[in-house]
Amino acid sequence: MDVVLEAVGLAKSFGAVKAADDLSVRISSGQIVGIVGPNGSGKTTFLNLVTGYLSPARGQIYYLGKEITGLHPRQVTRLGVARSFQVPQLYTSLTVLENMLVALVIRSGRQGDCWRALRTRARLAEARRLLEKFGFGDESGQVVRTLPEGGRKLLDVALSFALGPRLLLLDEPTSGVSAAEKFRVMDTLIGVIRESGVTSVFVEHDMDVVQRYAERVLVFSEGRIIADDPPGALFADPIVRRYILGEE
Amino acid sequence: MRGAQVSRTLAGAAPWLAVLLALAILPRLLPDWLGFLLTVAFAKALVVLGVAVLLRSNLVSFGHGLYFAAGAYTVGFAAKWLHLREAVLLIFGAVVVSGALAALLGLFLARYRGIFFGMLTLAFSMILYSLLLRLYWLTGGTDGMVTAPPTILGVVPGAAAGRAHYYLTLVCLALALALTRRWLGSPLGYLASAIRDNEIRVEYMGASVRQGIYRTYLLSGVLGGLGGCLVAFSVGHIAPEFSYWTQSGDFVFVTVLGGYASVFAPVMGSVVFELVRNYAYALSPYTWQMSLGAILLLIVLFLPRGLWSLLAPRAPVSSPWTSSSRR
Repeated sequence: MDVVLEAVGLAKSFGAVKAADDLSVRISSGQIVGIVGPNGSGKTTFLNLVTGYLSPARGQIYYLGKEITGLHPRQVTRLGVARSFQVPQLYTSLTVLENMLVALVIRSGRQGDCWRALRTRARLAEARRLLEKFGFGDESGQVVRTLPEGGRKLLDVALSFALGPRLLLLDEPTSGVSAAEKFRVMDTLIGVIRESGVTSVFVEHDMDVVQRYAERVLVFSEGRIIADDPPGALFADPIVRRYILGEE
Repeated sequence: MRGAQVSRTLAGAAPWLAVLLALAILPRLLPDWLGFLLTVAFAKALVVLGVAVLLRSNLVSFGHGLYFAAGAYTVGFAAKWLHLREAVLLIFGAVVVSGALAALLGLFLARYRGIFFGMLTLAFSMILYSLLLRLYWLTGGTDGMVTAPPTILGVVPGAAAGRAHYYLTLVCLALALALTRRWLGSPLGYLASAIRDNEIRVEYMGASVRQGIYRTYLLSGVLGGLGGCLVAFSVGHIAPEFSYWTQSGDFVFVTVLGGYASVFAPVMGSVVFELVRNYAYALSPYTWQMSLGAILLLIVLFLPRGLWSLLAPRAPVSSPWTSSSRR
């Protein structure tokens, strides 16, 4: 299987806190990888390093065999790495449909066009098709600031997905989502991801979600990966259960 | 299908064509002084439109007097040094000069946001004010420059100059409004809204925020220059005060007064501002600024989206500058 993402010996500290400590990992094409670990263990830092928001003090990051260490987030995105955020990053005064139209126009590289209309027939059809995949029907005309948190989370991922990435990084896709909504949100997300075959990595605190949706789980602690297994094997391990789930 | 689309477009344009027709008849019904006041208001509305366009990206320019002066002085210099008097060429020159200036300053300003952006625009306008004041041999210093009435497509308007300037300004305003409206419905126009809402997301989608702001600033500067040029035509005299901070403050004031829920809001704001200022000055020459201040206070308190919200109280929040329906 092709290696989509490879991190080699990444190091990053914030004062005395080691957020990445000689961190190395390879993620193959089509995998759905969950990242778990306590707060401050370096999960989000890992996503920030890959997407170029942070530069590592040491180490290299390769995407499809090409080194992307220290590239600007815009450049990393253009190569095919998209991400969603713990707090959804959306255009809150625009409608759901307009958010998607802006994403599509950026994907096409025509965001500098000041003459033709944003709302072309083809773009509208594509936007609606993508929104439907993520479960948006009647809400597409709704202004984003009025959406419930679950809807915002889905839209956040939908915008990243609209870029047609090879690698999708999701930062806590169910945080802030009600217990009743979280599985609906994840079913939708993972359904789309599986259907498209996009390699994805998601950071998650909810172990039910990780067990149910991840094919491989990385356990982070103090900037290191202390376990790397399929969820069945990982959560059967009493040490991991004690460490991650807090079981006696 | 296509016929239905054309019918819809015509139906949508009908109210605006009616307004345009009414404005075209207006000078025949109004006294000359009021026609002149409207001409100046329409010309300044272009500068206000430029300020409002920037506001779409959440940027407040406290220095749009810079482009207002650049457009006006282009007319002055072209007449003085090149003996150019043709309005179309002078307008073209003003647009090119203000566009070039915006292209240059935008490279620097597009890096800044918030108060830093506002203060830097103010600083640039005050630098120009200083230059216009000091370079007496070139600009006439505090005396300014007198600009002769231009010819319009080779025709000397003569006694009908006032009315000719009104129509010229009206045509320029209508064109600028139509183009700005189109721009706002374009990908770049929406990108400006996206930048206002969330710069992080724009960058993580792979688009350049700086490029978006730069291009918006360019349009804004060109509108400012065009407004200055048209004011120079109708007033016939230009002065360094065009670039002074109080002039820039007036443009921001009018933007707040009119609102920016539509491209037409700056026009409304500008006309109301000129009328109120004129009458307030006539009624109370020493305290007219107080009247303006009181009006702004009332607007901010009771009509935070500006006077335009009286006409369109339920204007869509999502795409306030375009009337595109949610399809």
